[in-house]
Amino acid sequence: MTALLRVSNAVVRFPVPGGLMQNMLFRKNFIEAVSGVSFSIEEGQTYAIVGESGSGKTTLARAVAGLHHADEGSILYEDVDLVGLAEKQFKKYRRHISMMFQDPVGCLSPRLTIRSIITEPFKIQGIKNKDLDAEAKRLLEMVGLSLDFASRYPHQISGGQARRVGVARALALNPKLIIADEPTAGLDVSIQGELLNLLMSLQDKMGLSMMIITHNLNIVKHISDKMGIMYLGKIVEEGSTEDIFTNPKHPYTRALLSANPEPDPDAVIDRIRLVGEPPSLIQRPSGCEFHTRCPFAKDKCVTTAPQVTTSHANHSYSCHYS
Amino acid sequence: MTILDVRNLSVDYETEQGTLRALRDVSFTIEDNKIVGVVGESGCGKSTLISSIINLLANNAVLSSGEIIFQGKDIVRLSEDEMRDILGVGVSIIFQDPMQTHNPVLTVGRQMMDIQYRDKTSKEKKKEAAIDMLRVVGIPDPESRLSQYPHEFSGGMRQRIAIAMALMVKPSLLIADEPTTALDATLEVQIIEKLRELQGKINCSILFISHHLGVIAELCDEVIVMYAGEIVEHGDVRDVFHNARHPYTQALFACDPGRIKEKSKNLPTIKGSIPNLIDLPSGCIFKHRCTQRISVCDTSPAMHRVSEKQQAKCHLLTQGKN
Repeated sequence: MTALLRVSNAVVRFPVPGGLMQNMLFRKNFIEAVSGVSFSIEEGQTYAIVGESGSGKTTLARAVAGLHHADEGSILYEDVDLVGLAEKQFKKYRRHISMMFQDPVGCLSPRLTIRSIITEPFKIQGIKNKDLDAEAKRLLEMVGLSLDFASRYPHQISGGQARRVGVARALALNPKLIIADEPTAGLDVSIQGELLNLLMSLQDKMGLSMMIITHNLNIVKHISDKMGIMYLGKIVEEGSTEDIFTNPKHPYTRALLSANPEPDPDAVIDRIRLVGEPPSLIQRPSGCEFHTRCPFAKDKCVTTAPQVTTSHANHSYSCHYS
Repeated sequence: MTILDVRNLSVDYETEQGTLRALRDVSFTIEDNKIVGVVGESGCGKSTLISSIINLLANNAVLSSGEIIFQGKDIVRLSEDEMRDILGVGVSIIFQDPMQTHNPVLTVGRQMMDIQYRDKTSKEKKKEAAIDMLRVVGIPDPESRLSQYPHEFSGGMRQRIAIAMALMVKPSLLIADEPTTALDATLEVQIIEKLRELQGKINCSILFISHHLGVIAELCDEVIVMYAGEIVEHGDVRDVFHNARHPYTQALFACDPGRIKEKSKNLPTIKGSIPNLIDLPSGCIFKHRCTQRISVCDTSPAMHRVSEKQQAKCHLLTQGKN
């Protein structure tokens, strides 16, 4: 199997507005929202990125989709480095990598009909030899919406239907990689199941690769092949989904997995409790960046950053004591 | 003692297409010191139910019949002022989105003092009370944080501040409308445990709305299952989770990916969609999607008590088949 996407040491920085003096001295402060992330997605596989809000998941996704500029590192798509490509050159890769955004209704223009929304990618890419009505029909059928949706506006459809429109738009140009940012947030379990089944069957049919950003551990378990856990802009543990669920190594992963409530009132859950709050990205903690909240932290964790340990089957994690 | 007694509540919305019957004949009680969960798909009437209790119904809503008896008084029949006097000290609410519940241009301290406007104590006393309450919900260094604005807090902290504000008045009933949806698993658990702990301290009852079946199982004493504007099942959380009697409850639980232990790429769903509440079908509201439908389902089922602590609205129960 070959890797479709290979991200290495990607860094995305955002400037932090400083005080007047600082601005006059032209000295800018930055936060690293994504701070040296490496991972790869194989063809036809699903990679899940998990982590708390503010851990850099969405920024990473947007960097891969070319919506943020990565400041360092490389993002290889079929061996072409997307980092540093000018917008004009990037444009041809946009049809290969498409994105489903977090807010299902907010990402659809309120002034356009569903037909215009799902066929807009053809216009943007300058594809003229297509019958757009036929394409709209094909896409709506593919995501299981009836044809009368074509003439509706986004406010006339439900959240679950809006997600399907998002899927249709993302699939319009037959991409190879779909990035789905919180694809099921706010959906109830039945509709969530419908959407995930749709994505899975389209993946099978079209050989899509997927990158899914979520904090819903229950769905990660079912739909992803590999997963990476992010904390403060870094991937602290990565491996096959099965490995991580059965044998989590990093204390943050263990806390995250043990926090997931069981749908059984009598379940006894042995929880690993985290102390405190996620630290600020402006003042990153020393040593292991998780030590401020880690229940197992020792002296070494405060001073020395851990190396990445790779155990069997490409399961890797950065912790001194796991 | 019964804190809240909702009897045969029906609420309609007047829309351009006709009268939308959002809640129909909803009856339930909340006892002292109990946590009652409400689950159901989007559009099942959860939000309408809360809005009618706290008198926040939209302008086009009509409370067409029923009583809402809070601490022995039917609040539906009271004047605005009388209702405000009762609800102002008796009921608090925590909203879904912690990023939008606070006023962005006032400090957290100012907002926490404002909420105590009914107390005839000095400003210093109110400030002390605010500091105490922030400490109770686990905000570190509360004295200095009072002068900060909401945007300076993380999502988890903002939700805890919202809880602190809701509890300042020591309500007898706390309504929590999906308070953990916007948070990830570790923070979700923190909030749930905090709610449980505070409920014990303040002796209030909680009406807890959520999509997340795991959270309901972990937190609640009782659970109400709603479908398309009706209560279809209500009972002790153990009875309902271990032995759901209504086909809808059974289907809902079967869809929860958290319950499916084996990895599956084809998740169960409930076929079909909720009926149009403007043009209600006759008979059982769930019959079109029910896999156990029988001929008698064309007439409306009555709520049937299956045990002392559990009741469900299904013909199968009286026919001795479920």
